[in-house]
Amino acid sequence: MEILLASAVGILTASGIYLILRQRSFPVIIGLSLLSYAVNLFLFATGRLALNQPPILNKYAEVAYTDPLPQALVLTAIVISFGMTAVVVMIALSAYLAARNDRIDMTGETGEDA
Amino acid sequence: MSLFLIAALPFLGAVFPALLIRAGRNAAAASTGSVTLLALIGLLLHAPAVLRGETVSARLDWLPDLGLNANFQLDGLGLLFAGLILGIGLLIIIYARFYLSREDPMGQFYSFLLLFQGAMVGIVLSDNILLLLVFWELTSLSSFLLIGYWKHLPEGRQGARMALAVTGSGGLAMIGGMLILGHIAGSYDLSVILQHKDLIQASPLYAPALILILIGAFTKSAQFPFHFWLPHAMAAPTPVSAYLHSATMVKAGLFLMARTWPVLSGTDLWFYLVATTGLVTMVLGAVIALFKDDLKALLAFSTVSHLGLITMLLGLGTKPAAVAAVFHIINHATFKAALFMSAGIVDHAAHTRSIRQLGGLRHLMPLTFTLAGIAALSMAGIPPFNGFLSKEMMLEEATHAVWAGVPWLLPAVAVGGALFSVAYSLRYIAHVFLGPKRHDYPTLPHDPGPGLWLPPAVLVALVVLIGLFPEAIAAPIVVAAADAVTGDHHSYFHPKLWHGLTPALYMSVVAVAGGALLLMLHRPAEGLWNALPRPEAKVIYDAIVGAATRASRRITDALHDGALTRYAAIFLLFTLALAYYAYASGDTGPQTRAMLPITVMPVVGWICLVGATLCVVAFHRNRLLALVLIGVTGLMVSLSFNYLSAPDLALTQISVEVVSIILLLLALNFMPQETPRESSAGRKLRDAVLSVGAGLGAGGLIYALMTRDFALPSISEYHLANSYKGGGGTNVVNVILVDFRGFDTFGEIIVLGIAAIIIFAITEAVLGSRVRARLLNRKPWYPLAGDAHPLMMVVATRVMMPIALMVAAYIFFRGHNMPGGGFIAGLIAAIAVVMQYMASGFSWATERQGLPYHGIIGTGVLVAAVTGMGAWFNGLPFLTSAFGYVHPPYLEEFELATAALFDLGVFLAVLGAVLLALQSLARFAWQPGIASEHPMDINPERDDAAAVIKGH
Repeated sequence: MEILLASAVGILTASGIYLILRQRSFPVIIGLSLLSYAVNLFLFATGRLALNQPPILNKYAEVAYTDPLPQALVLTAIVISFGMTAVVVMIALSAYLAARNDRIDMTGETGEDA
Repeated sequence: MSLFLIAALPFLGAVFPALLIRAGRNAAAASTGSVTLLALIGLLLHAPAVLRGETVSARLDWLPDLGLNANFQLDGLGLLFAGLILGIGLLIIIYARFYLSREDPMGQFYSFLLLFQGAMVGIVLSDNILLLLVFWELTSLSSFLLIGYWKHLPEGRQGARMALAVTGSGGLAMIGGMLILGHIAGSYDLSVILQHKDLIQASPLYAPALILILIGAFTKSAQFPFHFWLPHAMAAPTPVSAYLHSATMVKAGLFLMARTWPVLSGTDLWFYLVATTGLVTMVLGAVIALFKDDLKALLAFSTVSHLGLITMLLGLGTKPAAVAAVFHIINHATFKAALFMSAGIVDHAAHTRSIRQLGGLRHLMPLTFTLAGIAALSMAGIPPFNGFLSKEMMLEEATHAVWAGVPWLLPAVAVGGALFSVAYSLRYIAHVFLGPKRHDYPTLPHDPGPGLWLPPAVLVALVVLIGLFPEAIAAPIVVAAADAVTGDHHSYFHPKLWHGLTPALYMSVVAVAGGALLLMLHRPAEGLWNALPRPEAKVIYDAIVGAATRASRRITDALHDGALTRYAAIFLLFTLALAYYAYASGDTGPQTRAMLPITVMPVVGWICLVGATLCVVAFHRNRLLALVLIGVTGLMVSLSFNYLSAPDLALTQISVEVVSIILLLLALNFMPQETPRESSAGRKLRDAVLSVGAGLGAGGLIYALMTRDFALPSISEYHLANSYKGGGGTNVVNVILVDFRGFDTFGEIIVLGIAAIIIFAITEAVLGSRVRARLLNRKPWYPLAGDAHPLMMVVATRVMMPIALMVAAYIFFRGHNMPGGGFIAGLIAAIAVVMQYMASGFSWATERQGLPYHGIIGTGVLVAAVTGMGAWFNGLPFLTSAFGYVHPPYLEEFELATAALFDLGVFLAVLGAVLLALQSLARFAWQPGIASEHPMDINPERDDAAAVIKGH
């Protein structure tokens, strides 16, 4: 099980970074989203994996619980990463609209409004 | 008065002139003067004690761990300098009131002047060298403002820049030197450092510390080869020149040398560095001064020369020389400030400072002539004025100094310097005031009003009185200051106008006679001087600055060429290298955890996740397809959370997924649908290597982590144990969010709100620019659907809306005990609203809901904050929660917790932020005619109207 999750984190990270290194803004945004998945899974997994042990207290029986702390961290991280994606999308979009191209690199000729 | 207050008064008072200038220039000047007078009185109250040899101090621990304490100390040396700064400052303030013209912003001038004054007082009163450094830099900054006060003059701006560059870089060197000094002595308090002479001089770090500190002192006090900034700083208004460049700022370097004299002086290194620099500066400044035609330039170079003289005296390292240095500091301050003021008067009256256009002014300005004449004679060292006394002492000390085994060298050069000093001093009198009256002055000069002549008159009175009665007037303060420098008690100080026939007297006579002779030969000497090739300091300075600028620009351009992808690649490479180093040098330890078994379900999920992710990369050029595929990835991630005992995360991830995809779809609407192929094969390979490396690193790290137990006990046990007892909820994740780590969550929703407001602001900016026209005339990428608002979808979303909102409410209320909570509920409620935007159109949906989303965000943050503050009323820290249980009849037991109220704030903030972000983006799409008039609405009024028409 652990090897599956670890390899998934690795592949998500590699794919995300490969896309982040592209030269247009849209693939970079997609890459950031993939990297967010990878980071969230990574943080979550630092609490170690457990099956059928959700951190919901059972008043009637003594059962094991998985680590709740990384879950709380990741929950807010997911919401914040949405906020970050939204801001980045907005910046990319306005840059594209103003400069009429969506290149990431600022070398060479600039857009007409730049 | 406390030393803190004396040091703080000028800073506090700097506000008054800036404000009171509206009440007139007199009010501004009076307020500035009162502040300075108050500080001066405060200082003088301490004078009797200090003159008795006591030391007044005031201490306050500021950052004791860094050794930075606000410690102030007043001894004889501090009293002398603080007295000069505040006393001459007072005269300057009066003088400036009448000197500056109506067009000059006087409030600003006085504010800058007080800032400078505060910084200077701070330097001389500091007992902590770190504190001293802070004030030291402040004098550089405030003098920059003062020199560049006439912003419209290019010379003023250039001079200010040059002064800042030279004294600022000297200040940097001095920071280094001071830190070394403090390191050697083990304390940054001057009073402690000054007791460790042997320790410091024996240290191998003594030489670097000394050189660095001396660079700071030499730049500030305009010593060769840093002397060139001072003449260029003369572009400042004359009061500034008189204050900064004769009496105070340029003496800060001398002050520092005097302050550290007890521990740094006495070595060969000190003698050769300081005495030689002083000697060279003294002669060089005097020679150049003789050939300057601008009155202020002449005085500037003479100041350089006199500063060199004092530096030389300090450099000799003997106690009598130090006493002479202290005495000359006083004398120079008096006659030079008076001379600058007289030059300003001449400039004011004749509208020129060029000696070539002047002459014969004694007939027109007898009063100014008298004042300037006495001051200039004192500068020349003619009895019975104070300059004579200290120059005699200087020559006397010079005869005792042996430079590199040559006994006559130092006295001979000193006499040479004194000779030129006599020549330029007499020239100031002869070529400006004596000679025949001319008829070609730019304007006809006349003596000024008392506002301009009284301040220099006070100083000239001192020049005469100190000259005639040195023992009565100057002795107490000179002895106190010299004691502070040398560490002696009752330093020997008995200056006399007549010492008998001593070598110093002969040297003096030679200097005066030679100087007078030189002045008579001024015309041929000037021809010779102009014929000599000599380096122009400003040209060299400009060349150095230009070369440094070009070099840094070249480096910056090479490193920052705008290729963001390259920066990212370099950053990645560096991070990978760092991670590899950590891995190679670290120790991973054995695996300690048993692994979970691999079953069919996770394998299927893994195939979907990895397959979709790799497809995103493979097909990322087709952007719409990439979005569909990344949706699959997101879904599989949320399923993994669910499978691995994290229901809250699964719920959050899936609802965030929905809004993210909608957001990206909206944005894609305005962007190209395809990504062109433009990366070369080599570049793709580079990126592939980097990303695979990073993927291996991340995957390997988390694998290693997951197969090992916690290295240290986790704090999670506490949360599990106290979630119900302390927080009243069984959903531990939610209790952590709203209770244990409530402060984090509070920050989190604020960040989210800020992000949404940034998006709104960008939208406003874009829609307000000329991009707007392009958006309005935009042609869609694909042909639009015939039915913009399909009937099925509109009806379905409208039916679903109340259900979705109820689900949100359900998720919200159960959140404390079961998976759910404010974050998830907010996202679900946002989706319920967004559905309406999608199905029925932006205009329709906007018309039907009147709540401003900013307000919802603000309310959310406010509710959370007020809930948190509620704890204060019970005397508990921010965000301490309280809860209880109620059992309403016919219903289940129900929990009431303040945490739920906090969660309501989270809910509102998330709802508002998501909706504001999406709505802002949707506003880009607005085009005339896009709003269909009746999108699937049954409007009774319309039917009525139709009926009315039919009826007719």
